[in-house]
Amino acid sequence: MIFMEQKLESMREGMGSVLAELGYTNKNLVIVGADTTESLSLHQFGEKFPDRLFNVGIAEQNMIGISAGLALYGKTVFCGTYAVFLERAIDQIRNTIGYCKLDVKIIGAHTGISVGPDGGSHQAIEDIAIMRAIPNMKVVVPSDSYSTKALVNEMANTKGPFYLRLIRSSVPNLYQDQKISVGKANVLREGKDIAIIACGIMVHEALKAADRLQKEGILARVIDCHTIKPLDEDTIMKAANETNRVITAEDHNMYGGLGSAVAELLSRKRPTPIGMVAVKDVFGESGKDTEVMSKYGITEKDIFDKAKEMVR
Amino acid sequence: MQEIDFKNPNRLVDIAYLKSVASQIRQDIILTLGESKSGHAGGSLSCTDILVSLYFGKMKHDPKNPKWPDRDRLLLSKGHAAPALYSTLAEAGYFPKDELKTLRKINSRLQGHPDPNKVPGVEIPGGPEGIGLSEGIGMALAARLDGKQLRVHVITGDGELDEGEVWEAAMAAAKFKLDNLVAIVDRNGLQQEGTTSEIMPSDPVPDKFKAFNWNVIEINGNDIAAVLGALNQAEKVKLVPTVIVAKTVKGKGVEFMENKVEYHAKTLTPEIVQQALEKLRVQK
Repeated sequence: MIFMEQKLESMREGMGSVLAELGYTNKNLVIVGADTTESLSLHQFGEKFPDRLFNVGIAEQNMIGISAGLALYGKTVFCGTYAVFLERAIDQIRNTIGYCKLDVKIIGAHTGISVGPDGGSHQAIEDIAIMRAIPNMKVVVPSDSYSTKALVNEMANTKGPFYLRLIRSSVPNLYQDQKISVGKANVLREGKDIAIIACGIMVHEALKAADRLQKEGILARVIDCHTIKPLDEDTIMKAANETNRVITAEDHNMYGGLGSAVAELLSRKRPTPIGMVAVKDVFGESGKDTEVMSKYGITEKDIFDKAKEMVR
Repeated sequence: MQEIDFKNPNRLVDIAYLKSVASQIRQDIILTLGESKSGHAGGSLSCTDILVSLYFGKMKHDPKNPKWPDRDRLLLSKGHAAPALYSTLAEAGYFPKDELKTLRKINSRLQGHPDPNKVPGVEIPGGPEGIGLSEGIGMALAARLDGKQLRVHVITGDGELDEGEVWEAAMAAAKFKLDNLVAIVDRNGLQQEGTTSEIMPSDPVPDKFKAFNWNVIEINGNDIAAVLGALNQAEKVKLVPTVIVAKTVKGKGVEFMENKVEYHAKTLTPEIVQQALEKLRVQK
């Protein structure tokens, strides 16, 4: 079912190409950036619609405030920068976009410790927790370029606030033509022994771990939980009911992210043993993406080990 | 109430009449705060004349159709002056005056700080300081994209100028050449814990905005004729945003509240309400 294309693609470029296309059909769509528009591939839109892309310089609070003003007027707004920089505008995000349920889609790029060489200061590992705690805010974490495009397209056509979390690394496409929609997790691999619920780059690690587990006779279900809020309760409940063990995997701190969201659900509706593969409440450091992920314990090996421990 | 053609930005209005409206709104502010037993009197009274000049004297808007796309916008960035905004909107007919009694009470539309999804005529959420000018830029950009000849006004406090975002916005408004944007600084010289010069000296405010490439007009912000004059002057300026630095008196109109730090958010007891109303009625 899954088509593993080894060509690497950037989620940011995928998003940028969709927005540039949407610009033709949705004249109401505008973009606000903060001196990272090329890095976020928003220039693809800007080149076609220069009067609808506003670069406010290195001023994230102003970026969010201006986006709120555009949305209060009636525009559909995409805005964003690196997630760590967005975090200095949490007040504005909460009190305008969240509070008034504005039609603003906030892009947090370069998230997680897989950001790599820029170091811990640039690796947002708390953004899901923060955004998830804001009422009205939906949180979307795609795992490849294909799903990014589908989800961005849906977000652009759905009123209200979204947080879109993207990674820096390019990754192979996991999808070819499957249906991907906000709020509906995708089961990428069936399995009855354990369910690995992952998001973003960790979906790739989960699939690799599932391959290795199969060789050891453990059949792991792999779920791409690209929407953390609203959580796809049905798919997660079904997995818990059928496998009785769950691993969550995310390139995010162990507090407040996907693992917490899944634990909140299962502890309420169906207490289930949960193993969490996540950053262990520490900041990251410089290094290649794979090196940092390995040092901080969020690779296929960590998922594999956790699964072995839980299924035994 | 006189019949005012709110939709006509070139309407002729009698200054004496606007002054009587301002006096009425000040009384409503006091009565409203007496009912709510919390809220901000001083900063509401300081910007009342600015709000009356805009809503009754100048802006094109339609109380019967609050979402009229062609309306001029007023963004109250100093959201703690909610009682002044609510009293003005009620006086203009956006909602029944009787509703003012519900300010800050459970199940009311009139939140302690304004919520645009709840109250007709409110354009932006209020509360945290320093965001309104950015929102004004967003609206001014959107209006220009749509080819709308409308004006966007943002009232900020002067304590609010402590917020860094205000200066991010000041740079951006000049960059985008927003001549449809007017910032009005309610320069009453006081903030929650003291004078602005004690807490965080912001002088010289006009020179700061000049250095940020704004058109700067300085007036007495409690003089309705001066506010209207400045708004008319701002309309003629092209390719730069205008800031009106409006020198005002915090607590204006109620002598014992004027220039008093403690009336920033002091609870108005029934006795204070009575005394304040007497002061305001004498002026009328």
